[in-house]
Amino acid sequence: MSDFKQTFNSSLGKKLIMALTGLFLCTFLIVHVGGNLLLFSNDNGYGFNVYANFLTHFPPIEVIAYLLYACILVHALYALILTIGNRKARPIPYASAPKSPTLWSSKNMGLLGSILFLFIVIHMGDFWYHYHNDETMGFKEYRTNLATGMTVATDYRPETADFEHSVTTQGDVEIVRVKDLHARVVSSFSNLWYVILYVIAMGALSFHLLHGFQSAFQTAGWSHKKYKPFVQFVGTWLFAVIIPLAFALMPIVYYFKSL
Amino acid sequence: MNLTLKVWRQKNASTKGAFVTYKADGISADMSFLEMLDVVNEGLIHKGEDPIHFDHDCREGICGMCSLYINGQPHGPKRAITTCQLHMRTFHDGQTITIEPWRAGPFPVIKDLAVDRSAFDRIQRAGGYISVNTGGVPDANEIAISKVLADEAFNSATCIGCGACVAACKNASAMLFVSAKISQFALLPQGQPERYNRAMAMVEQMDKEGFGSCTNTGACEAECPKEISLTNIGRMNRDYFTAKFLKEEEEHKS
Amino acid sequence: MILDAKIPAGPLAEKWSKHKFNLKLVNPANKRKYNVIVVGTGLAGASAAASLAELGYNVTAFCFQDSPRRAHSIAAQGGINAAKNYRNDGDSVYRLFYDTIKGGDYRAREGNVYRLAEVSVNIIDQCVAQGVPFAREYGGLLDNRSFGGAQVSRTFYARGQTGQQLLLGAYSALNRQIHEGKVKMYTRTEMLDVVVVDGKAQGIVTRNLVTGAIETHAGHAVLLATGGYGNVFYLSTNAMGCNVTAAWRAHKRGAFFANPCYTQIHPTCIPVTGDHQSKLTLMSESLRNDGRVWAPKTVELAQKLRKGELKVTDLKEEDRDYFLERKYPSFGNLVPRDVASRNAKEVVDEGKGVGASGVAVYLDFAESIARLGEDTVRAKYGNLFDMYYQITDEDPYKVPMRIYPAVHYTMGGLWVDYNLMTTLPGLYCLGEANFSDHGANRLGASALMQGLADGYFVVPYTVGDYLATIGPKPIDTTHPAFAQTKKDVEDRIQQLIALKGTKTVDEYHRELGHIMWEYCGMARSAEGLNKAKGLIAQLKVDFWKNAIVLGENEEFNSSLEKAGRVADFIELGALMIEDALNRTESCGGHFRVESQTEEGEALRDDEHFAYVAAWEYTGEDKPEVLNKEPLVFENVKLTQRSYK
Ligand SMILES: Cc1cc2nc3c(=O)[nH]c(=O)nc-3n(C[C@H](O)[C@H](O)[C@H](O)COP(=O)(O)OP(=O)(O)OC[C@H]3O[C@@H](n4cnc5c(N)ncnc54)[C@H](O)[C@@H]3O)c2cc1C
Ligand code: SF4
Ligand code: FES
Repeated sequence: MSDFKQTFNSSLGKKLIMALTGLFLCTFLIVHVGGNLLLFSNDNGYGFNVYANFLTHFPPIEVIAYLLYACILVHALYALILTIGNRKARPIPYASAPKSPTLWSSKNMGLLGSILFLFIVIHMGDFWYHYHNDETMGFKEYRTNLATGMTVATDYRPETADFEHSVTTQGDVEIVRVKDLHARVVSSFSNLWYVILYVIAMGALSFHLLHGFQSAFQTAGWSHKKYKPFVQFVGTWLFAVIIPLAFALMPIVYYFKSL
Repeated sequence: MNLTLKVWRQKNASTKGAFVTYKADGISADMSFLEMLDVVNEGLIHKGEDPIHFDHDCREGICGMCSLYINGQPHGPKRAITTCQLHMRTFHDGQTITIEPWRAGPFPVIKDLAVDRSAFDRIQRAGGYISVNTGGVPDANEIAISKVLADEAFNSATCIGCGACVAACKNASAMLFVSAKISQFALLPQGQPERYNRAMAMVEQMDKEGFGSCTNTGACEAECPKEISLTNIGRMNRDYFTAKFLKEEEEHKS
Repeated sequence: MILDAKIPAGPLAEKWSKHKFNLKLVNPANKRKYNVIVVGTGLAGASAAASLAELGYNVTAFCFQDSPRRAHSIAAQGGINAAKNYRNDGDSVYRLFYDTIKGGDYRAREGNVYRLAEVSVNIIDQCVAQGVPFAREYGGLLDNRSFGGAQVSRTFYARGQTGQQLLLGAYSALNRQIHEGKVKMYTRTEMLDVVVVDGKAQGIVTRNLVTGAIETHAGHAVLLATGGYGNVFYLSTNAMGCNVTAAWRAHKRGAFFANPCYTQIHPTCIPVTGDHQSKLTLMSESLRNDGRVWAPKTVELAQKLRKGELKVTDLKEEDRDYFLERKYPSFGNLVPRDVASRNAKEVVDEGKGVGASGVAVYLDFAESIARLGEDTVRAKYGNLFDMYYQITDEDPYKVPMRIYPAVHYTMGGLWVDYNLMTTLPGLYCLGEANFSDHGANRLGASALMQGLADGYFVVPYTVGDYLATIGPKPIDTTHPAFAQTKKDVEDRIQQLIALKGTKTVDEYHRELGHIMWEYCGMARSAEGLNKAKGLIAQLKVDFWKNAIVLGENEEFNSSLEKAGRVADFIELGALMIEDALNRTESCGGHFRVESQTEEGEALRDDEHFAYVAAWEYTGEDKPEVLNKEPLVFENVKLTQRSYK
């Protein structure tokens, strides 16, 4: 055991922790963005609310969710530990500004990461916290006519305080009652400041992943001439362009809808 | 041409340093950067002032002794050369040049622009060798090594141990240097028996010296006078984790 | 004094193995009771220190750089010879031996040179086992090239940095012993004297270059591997720190200095651009395989070129003088180093030199670029062309390179016997610092070979013999010789520090260099040498009166460091001139204008000069005494070299 401890206390080990937690967070992003795409479907939040409900009530996912929160914390904590160590390695800074040619993102991972961390706190507080703890959060009832496929949404007032969700059928009609997170999304994204915060955070995410994704492979030692271009391609296009863009579009679209 | 130099002066390791400004007049474009400093120093000596101290020896880019941080870049603005190979035609008349020592905790300043790089030696001592004694080795051609591997090992072996990678890195990380040394032996068949122990021992020593951690910015690669590539760091990481997680580097004892 | 070289009797090929058998061995259990001092960690020193420590001796090693890896051996580009005959082209130990003796113009010992050729093969094995990445062929075996005009391909190389790779190999072996505690390494430490107790070398005095601390170190034997003294010429291809101090101090304590005037001047270096020049850069010898050396035919044309009134590329073919091809039709541009250098000097002396200073000739690739294409030329010499471009800002693909000879290597050094022991018992000398194997001229790629041969395969045996003789009794460091020698060193430093004159040490060094280059360089005459003798005597007096040495001892003081070295160079310069004056023949790198063939080639005088001139120090400002070690040739016939 002490051998592992020693490994993870080494500079490379700490970096490995950063890389593995980072990559795990990357895979989560794919799931997250995939689910959130439901926000773009014009269904009064039906798909999205069901998806949110699924995420919070399917036990394996709940476990993964806690793993995820742990990863975020560990990633941030080790970033802090490494940064302190790195600062210590250069007690006297240079007087002239360094001019070595490097990517801006690679030099500002700490800043980008801090923005993201802040964002995650706000974001989680806004949605996750409310979803789990806000008694005032409303419910929606979706009645889908299975024959026609038409869905009608109405607000729903639960009869008991501990109501979570329900799925029932009445003849041809399927009734789904879930917490209305979608409403929260709509209201949050009608606030311009909020939208700006999201867009900035997604910009940060883009730059963070532009460097972070491929850097994680290098740190873990999974670097090979043959696969490097592929990793770089995925890191750039999927993680630094498509995903942040998709996330950023959500508040923007909702904002314009709210006008 | 006439230049203004802002040079870090520090009497010894235990005193505080500061920048001092000097005029370097009548500098010829044909001079090397160190020859320009020689000229300034001759002037200082004539005035009875202590000349600017800097490390140098071969003055042809191979010994790795010279080490100046010039206007924000180790070994100056040109790529793939050392300070001693930098010529004054790279600068223009009237320019101000700031000259600093390598800055890193494990590289303390000894005097002015000279730093102590013995940390590198200690890292090498921890395992940067193949344990063979003199004599009793097989004929050189008994070991066939593919040309690609030999060339790749050579690329890693070209590191001159100057420390510019540490100087350039925002984290003062020595990983480019250490990984080049580990790589050279890891690639060659002769290096296999000690491959994993070597990686562990050298990384451990590197950490002990207090260098920072790599964040893959690539400043080291960009500034390395011998163009050592980041691939080496990837290789070192792989060997280190393989050693730590997968290899049996100790006997099983019951 | 009779110099006994201790060359074993018997047939050439058996000398070394028989000798090894006759050498005494130290009981393995006793080895750890001996301490051996190794000064210098270049190829010779690092390999010796590592090998001795592996045998079990305690070693203390010293170098003046900040790391043993930075010794000047690092700069060697071309390669290292070994009689492996991997190419099946007729090479053999005997052929390497013969080529080296002949290349040295018959002024080296047969026994030593044969041994060198014999162990050359083990060096390559050793280096490969250490992980030295030599160039390889596609089949995975080692590549060889022909070098320096040799007719067989016996040169092993690691691109353009053979020296660095070999040194890193030796350094890694040294590191292993440091790690195991068998070697104690002192860096940034300069040896300033030898401690002699009862006629034996038993220690050294050093100065810590950072703190100025003067210390004594005791050892049962002292090995000097401190490199060459080419910097006596101020400008040379040597590193800035190369110096003669260690050898010179040892000389003053009783070690004879042999053949100091034998200097190798390399024909293809980048010319001097002005007084600010601090060192010269070598352009590999291999360039002469495809480049053509020429100068303008007339002085007028040369002047126009210098003033820029005429562009070199505009010069008509019939106005160019390809002087090497003209004078040496069969060897052409590939004549040996000394011949090529001398001819360039002649042309420049006639006023036909080119470049702003007029002290250069052209090395032209236009013809080979036309014949082979620019890409092929780039593949072969790209890195050298780049290096040239960096330094001169001229593109050698478009205009011819300008080259001029520069001091490169010193064949002379401390006299040693077959065991590499100097005339001071217990003091050994290896590598470029000794005089032993290259005669009056060194072949390309043979210095690396010699350094490693001495360190890995010769000295570990021969030192043992001496140690077994003197026994493992600890050295008595309370002997007054230790304190006295330390005091001598301190006094000399105080003398230097007291110099608060008007001229910088570099100015003296430059002046010394001018004198040496002018009168003791490529062509030497009795008249010039006599003049130089006077000039150097004056320079010495002036130095000790008017030099500026700043600061104090107790600090990192480059001014003091240099002053000590230059003071020694001045004295060495005087001895070189003495030696050059004495040797009225021409041989190898030593060209006396009085002794040349009708065609202007070096003319040896075997009858009177087939000896090693070993100079004995007799006291401050007293003339040195010449001791002669006759050279006996039992196996090769002495011939006149001819490259027509
Ligand atoms: C540019 C160039 C290219 C060359 N190319 C080739 C080539 O291709 N092939 C070839 O065979 N040869 C070549 N040579 C020659 C060869 O490199 C040297 O002759 C050889 O490496 C000398 O090795 P060494 O171990 O004797 O000395 P060095 O490598 O010079 O080492 C001297 C050591 O002594 C130490 N030292 C010196 N004085 C003191 C002191 N007073 N106190 C403490 N330490 C001291 C130094 O710190 C250093 O460690 C070349 C030389 C030059 C200049
Ligand atoms: S890796 Fe490059 S920059 Fe770093 S020490 Fe080696 S040669 Fe210098
Ligand atoms: S002085 Fe040797 S590399 Fe610059």
